[in-house]
Amino acid sequence: MYEQIRRNRRASWLLMGMVVALLAALGYAIGAAWIGGTSGGLGLLGVFGIVAIAWSLIGYYTGDRLVLAVSGARQVTHDDAPQLYNVVEEMTIAAGLPQVPAVYIIEDPAPNAFATGRDPKHASVAVTSGLLGMMDREELQGVVAHELSHVRNYDIRFATLVGILVGMIALVADFFLRFSFFSGMGGRGRRDSGSGGDANAIFMVVAIALAILAPLAAYAVQFAISRKREYLADATGVQLTRNPLGLARALNVIASDPDSLRTANRATAHLYIANPLRGKKAKETAGLFDTHPPIQERIAILLAMAHAGPEALTAGPRPADATADAQQAGRAVPPPAASSGLPGLPGLPPILPPLGGMQAASGEAPAQAPKAPAPPVPPAPPSAG
Amino acid sequence: MIAIIVIIVVLVVLAAVFAGMYNSLIGRRNQVDNAWSQIDVQLKRRHDLIPNLVEAVKDYMSYEQETITKVTEARAAAINAGQQGPQAQAEAENALTGTLKSLFAVVESYPDLKANQNVMSLQEELTATENKISFARQFYNDTVLTYNNKLQMFPSNLIAGMFNFTARQYFVAPEADKEVPKVDLR
Repeated sequence: MYEQIRRNRRASWLLMGMVVALLAALGYAIGAAWIGGTSGGLGLLGVFGIVAIAWSLIGYYTGDRLVLAVSGARQVTHDDAPQLYNVVEEMTIAAGLPQVPAVYIIEDPAPNAFATGRDPKHASVAVTSGLLGMMDREELQGVVAHELSHVRNYDIRFATLVGILVGMIALVADFFLRFSFFSGMGGRGRRDSGSGGDANAIFMVVAIALAILAPLAAYAVQFAISRKREYLADATGVQLTRNPLGLARALNVIASDPDSLRTANRATAHLYIANPLRGKKAKETAGLFDTHPPIQERIAILLAMAHAGPEALTAGPRPADATADAQQAGRAVPPPAASSGLPGLPGLPPILPPLGGMQAASGEAPAQAPKAPAPPVPPAPPSAG
Repeated sequence: MIAIIVIIVVLVVLAAVFAGMYNSLIGRRNQVDNAWSQIDVQLKRRHDLIPNLVEAVKDYMSYEQETITKVTEARAAAINAGQQGPQAQAEAENALTGTLKSLFAVVESYPDLKANQNVMSLQEELTATENKISFARQFYNDTVLTYNNKLQMFPSNLIAGMFNFTARQYFVAPEADKEVPKVDLR
């Protein structure tokens, strides 16, 4: 565990350094191509470098709040959701964390959960109201234990940074690609066609190549990191609850729910306990661009820990109804009750596009949340998918 | 000259290593103490919750006064046992857990009580507190394990011997807790 913490700390610094370097390179290429010459390149390199450093620091210190805001999470106290809060407290004790993380609820029928923050003292856990509605106490415990394992391992720091920084690379590259197609190709290209034309053309190609490659590389990092972490957090979570079946049943519930989480997007998807963006078909194996290991495989591993067969997933008292919290708060689940007086989110469903074309829709979802702040992460260019 | 510098460097490095090991032993030992006090916090919380529960259910359960009295008595005994060392405390707390279980079993047979909002939330709080007690004990044992390992493993055992660090006891579940709960497999 301590080694994992060290690795996460190192990876976080490395990521911030790499992103600054990548953006500086991107800035140089764009500057050289767009403004022209080495001086233009160096100028934009400086600008991009400073922006990247500033953004890294913002991501480090306020990344958790950004992620929570984009996800439409609202903080709850013990009195709002006693059972959820109690379970978080229980797992805090089991994990020996220095303090209880802030607890958030996302009003959404899709069952899912994530943790964010920069260290165990600045951590938050968010679960959807759908999850509260579908799970009994043991299952909820399994989910929360999984999330607090991420907290204890410092996975949250790295994963949050990845979300924020990767989002930014996509933003810059996206902006540049659009800009150069609409204006760069026309006016500027013609004026420079005399002396520096050849050099500019080369820079142009390099700049476009970088702009396409940068988000791809960044996404590849994102995908590579989180799969191993999920297995590890499952195992650590079981070490906390000593109850593999709770988490196995919880994952089974999550797996059998077909809905995507509306407020999740590709910059935050890897934070969740299970992929919140549901494709058309359930895959058996992990592809290159999957953020999560196949959920059936995770369930199988947990069942093996419990020396139980698949029948254990449905055996035992399976409550037909919600956890006490969902009932107590008067929240009807799955349709989020518009009457609960929650700020912001109940108005979502009508304006959402059908989620058939998952990749395209998912990135745009947060932008349409009425009161959610502007997402720092734009949809990645379709070519990146 | 060079020899002196080498000796000084070696001494400084050795002192730093010693200090590091000593501090880490102290840190681990404090963690064990802290983990132990967390158990007490939760036990205290349970003692505080029980009078509320008794108050909430006693009017409904006119025929079950005996069950309620047992809970009240077990609580008093557990509070007293707190001063009589960990072993006595564990036994008294365990007895209290038993009486609470039978009280909740009785509550199940009173539909009015089961639906009572106040009783429901007290039940949730007590369930949570029971869980916290057992997770706090689990964490205590985890910290004892790491501390004792450090104490007995080379090279930190040398320092532990020098400064009289002593191994800590694990929390051992009382006999009644070890009974495997019956699971109804359908």
